[in-house]
Amino acid sequence: MTEEYIDTDPFEMCKGCHRRSRRSQWESHYYVCPVCGKYKNVSAGYRFSLIFDNKSFKVINRGITSDDPLNFPGYKEKLRSVKERTHLNETAVAAVGKISGVKTVAVVLDSRFFMGSMSQAAGERITRAIEAADKHKLPLVIFSASGGARMQEGMFSLWQMAKTADAVEEFSRNGGLYISVLTHPTTGGVTASFATLGDITLAEPGALIGFAGPRVIEQTIGKKLPKGFQRAEYLYQHGFVDAIVERSELKKTLTKLLMLHGCKVTGGTPW
Amino acid sequence: MVDKIFEQTERIDKKIQDIQSEQKELNVSGKEDKYFENEEKIDHLKKLRSDLLDQCRDLTPEDHVYIARLSNRPHIKDFIGALFTDFFEQRGDHLCDEDEAIYGGIALFHKIPVTVLGHRKGRTVEENVACRFGMPSPEGYRKAMRMFKEAEKFNRPIITFIDTPGAYPGMEAEAHGQGEAIARSLAMMSHLKVPVISVVTGEGNSGGALALSVANRILMLKYAVYSVLSPEGFCSILFKDTSKKTEACSLMHLTADELYQNKMADEIIDEPLGGASFDPVTVYDELDRAIYRNLKELQKMSPSQLLADRHRKFRRI
Ligand SMILES: [Zn+2]
Repeated sequence: MTEEYIDTDPFEMCKGCHRRSRRSQWESHYYVCPVCGKYKNVSAGYRFSLIFDNKSFKVINRGITSDDPLNFPGYKEKLRSVKERTHLNETAVAAVGKISGVKTVAVVLDSRFFMGSMSQAAGERITRAIEAADKHKLPLVIFSASGGARMQEGMFSLWQMAKTADAVEEFSRNGGLYISVLTHPTTGGVTASFATLGDITLAEPGALIGFAGPRVIEQTIGKKLPKGFQRAEYLYQHGFVDAIVERSELKKTLTKLLMLHGCKVTGGTPW
Repeated sequence: MVDKIFEQTERIDKKIQDIQSEQKELNVSGKEDKYFENEEKIDHLKKLRSDLLDQCRDLTPEDHVYIARLSNRPHIKDFIGALFTDFFEQRGDHLCDEDEAIYGGIALFHKIPVTVLGHRKGRTVEENVACRFGMPSPEGYRKAMRMFKEAEKFNRPIITFIDTPGAYPGMEAEAHGQGEAIARSLAMMSHLKVPVISVVTGEGNSGGALALSVANRILMLKYAVYSVLSPEGFCSILFKDTSKKTEACSLMHLTADELYQNKMADEIIDEPLGGASFDPVTVYDELDRAIYRNLKELQKMSPSQLLADRHRKFRRI
């Protein structure tokens, strides 16, 4: 699995500086803008290939897809069209692979699918991934990204927060290591459940991370928010993030953390 | 809309009051004709009033939201006063601050020591401001967690009352980790070794409500609502148009009946026509019986059974 978007244009524009760079350049820069350094959202497949040895991994729980629990008008059609457009079938993708020789369960939330909103299916995939890590005593890495709840699923979406938090707590009590990686944007119920329950919390530079969305806060307090508010660096300053890690350094950092938690890593200690 | 009905019943109540005070004077001076005429007027007004309330038999989901938010609806302090004795308030998160949007402490329920807490909206304007209309800050959730842990240590059941527009969306709340505080509360509640009963009494919106309701049993007052987000927020996210609130309320499946059908609410506590504020005592009585019955059932369970019971409830969703 690689980048899902099929495009023949050899150039791609940055959403931050609007400058166009060659695809090959984007790729060699880990999809961080070669001009301004803004992080581009990447697919689950890309993230897995970035952290797993030999880009080798096995996707799990792919069969669980969104239902329409409230029979919400237009939801089924919208799901279908989003699936066609993005070539994805849910927000969350889970996989098992080896990080520097250490078998690990990883989950990626892809914000390009339905704005990364939390659905029953996404919550179920995440919960099963946590349970699998617990059962097989494997470390767990979750890359969070979410625009909030899947409105069309109402309370069924909300309760995924309790379900996933329960699973993380159980995993944690059984001694499991959970590294949470916050990526752009992580907001709403995902921030208020498994994303902030890691033993170690990492964040990608510049990622928006918060519970309430910036617009809602601005409406509530009646003024503009300062620059940098709710960004990864702001959370780091306020004591909610252990480290901000460049995408290019991520595998190295994960390897070091696995080693420090007693896992036998291969490939030396290049830090 | 039910608000039009309430406007009329309020006007009638005022008229009845006026006539009744007039009656007291008439009684002394002995003007019988006028007195009986007034009595008839009162009867007539009372009939009007009950006919009006009769129209409350068939309410829309939007009406439920309206009733759930009425400021004269029983609030946490009313429930604690009516259902519990010997209440001792616990304050502060014992880390850095006190948040009045969450109110609670230790009390006796049928002579059983329990921890009772919930969202507090406040009644007067000053209280509303102090409680941010029932929207907690992270400190509020950390205060709740402190109380949960203390309850667990002393093997006390926990009873929570849910009534919040949601967690407070403010700068300081974000800086202090609103998301983290809610997440910790969810994780902690999911593993509490004591019985947990939650009662949704007014509006239960979003993570701010869920953070106090990871319970073994969830009871809902008949006109209480529980939803992923406020109907207004739902409108602006999904329709980009806040005028579609009526439609949103119907689509959200937020009434007690709908929650019960979706197996999220375990029991519905009946309310008089027009809602609890028309006759709070009947609601207290029924709620008292329901909490007692559920508590007795849960007290028969071992800590691991309680955990498994709670886990099952949320795992199947
Ligand atoms: Zn750029």
